[in-house]
Amino acid sequence: MKTARFITTLLLCISFCAYSAVVGETTVLRLATTTSVEHSGLLQYLLPEFEKENDMKVHVIAVGTGKALKMGENGDVDALLVHAPDAEREFMSKGFGEKREEIMFNHFLIAGPEQDPAGLKNCKSAEQAMGRLADGLVTFISRGDESGTHKKERALWKSAAIKPEGNWYLEVGRGMGPSLLMASEKGAYVLSDRGTFLSMKKKLNLAVCFDGGDSLLNVYSAISVNPERYPEIRRALANKFLEWMVSKEAQRSIGSFIVEGEALFHPLRKRDEK
Amino acid sequence: MSDFANLPAEAWHLLRSGDPDTWKAILTSLHVSLVATALGTLIGVPAGLAIGSRSFRGKSALTVFLHTLLSVPTVVVGLILYLLFTRSGLMGDFDLLFTPTLMVIAETLLILPMIIVFTATSVAPLATEVLETSASLGAGRWRAGWTLLDEARLGVFAAIVAGFGRAISEVGAALMLGGNIRGYTRTMTTSIALETSKGEFGLGLALALILMLIAFSINLVIYSLQRQTRTI
Repeated sequence: MKTARFITTLLLCISFCAYSAVVGETTVLRLATTTSVEHSGLLQYLLPEFEKENDMKVHVIAVGTGKALKMGENGDVDALLVHAPDAEREFMSKGFGEKREEIMFNHFLIAGPEQDPAGLKNCKSAEQAMGRLADGLVTFISRGDESGTHKKERALWKSAAIKPEGNWYLEVGRGMGPSLLMASEKGAYVLSDRGTFLSMKKKLNLAVCFDGGDSLLNVYSAISVNPERYPEIRRALANKFLEWMVSKEAQRSIGSFIVEGEALFHPLRKRDEK
Repeated sequence: MSDFANLPAEAWHLLRSGDPDTWKAILTSLHVSLVATALGTLIGVPAGLAIGSRSFRGKSALTVFLHTLLSVPTVVVGLILYLLFTRSGLMGDFDLLFTPTLMVIAETLLILPMIIVFTATSVAPLATEVLETSASLGAGRWRAGWTLLDEARLGVFAAIVAGFGRAISEVGAALMLGGNIRGYTRTMTTSIALETSKGEFGLGLALALILMLIAFSINLVIYSLQRQTRTI
């Protein structure tokens, strides 16, 4: 009977713990976003204001853009903040989304060893840079995870008419952070969004080797998931979120998010006015 | 490595500064793993007792099956539950994806085979003798079962402790089903995975140290309870 007493005690303790740990239900918006946005700290900087204004919580789930779109398609989240315009347009045309707003942008860049053994620094165009990488002298790390960055990388290979293959091309299937760390360890090149690169710069043994300007444009959009397919989607909240993201104050906040002395994201609305 | 040298200081700083994210992750870890352990015990111990103390048709097959379940990768359990609980899935209407509740379900399923197998293994060698003695003393079936459990308690404790250990250290299913939402489904292990992916190795190690401290304290409590039951 001692065991019985023990087990009863254990169960009582545990139910108490469980009870006290249960969180009170508040209104919640589920937002799937890319690791590049979440890991940079932008949302932690932006969202509290929105949460306070509307007396609710935003649950942020950080995954690659490919998976985020899939979550939207399945109705597991209410809104998306992603960066793969072609895939997003397809998502909208299939009726998975209700509204789409372009929010902000920055640029992709190709990071690599400081000495730049493949000679990317004096390349004139993205095609030329991809060509030098394909010579295969130095390892290139590919995300290989259907993320927005991976989609961009594939588009770049395509426009340079190159099929990346060989020992120099490693598909690692991991997020931006781990891919940058791997490139840093192996002295390899990697395509990264500027935000993640800057926010991790101190931990990396990498330099910007190719900065392609608008050929490497990286546009982030917010999408509200179509409530007609899944009535449980919090439509009002999702649309409120979209409206808020393009509002003057949110756009100003995005532009004033500074890491390592540089703005990681540029508000798109401001760019329109220029 | 400076990471290792600064480790205790960084862990202490995290705890003392009362960093709300760290504390919330500790609470979520405890909530998920303790409730899963309770549920696993509630179901697994009686099941293990039944399997270990009787002989029935198909017992060997069931045993091999349960042993195989011990090798199921946690991400596979995560994937199966994900497909079931996604909004378009079979159980989508429960709206449990990305909640601690679904994490509890996953961890319970993960540790259940472990608790059943270990319980069955620890009662099996004692079963015949204890059950016969109890019967000769006129004890009913339930009473005899309790006595058997009591005799095998060291093994049963080990089963529960091992189950708790797996639940609190698990990361694959927790990440997939909880979504690692800050302040909601982020646990100690998913925090460690996140900090590691951001290259914050020192912070990851500090969190790992805290996790070990917590596991140590809980095992200490269980152990002292276990000793009490022996000396009463």
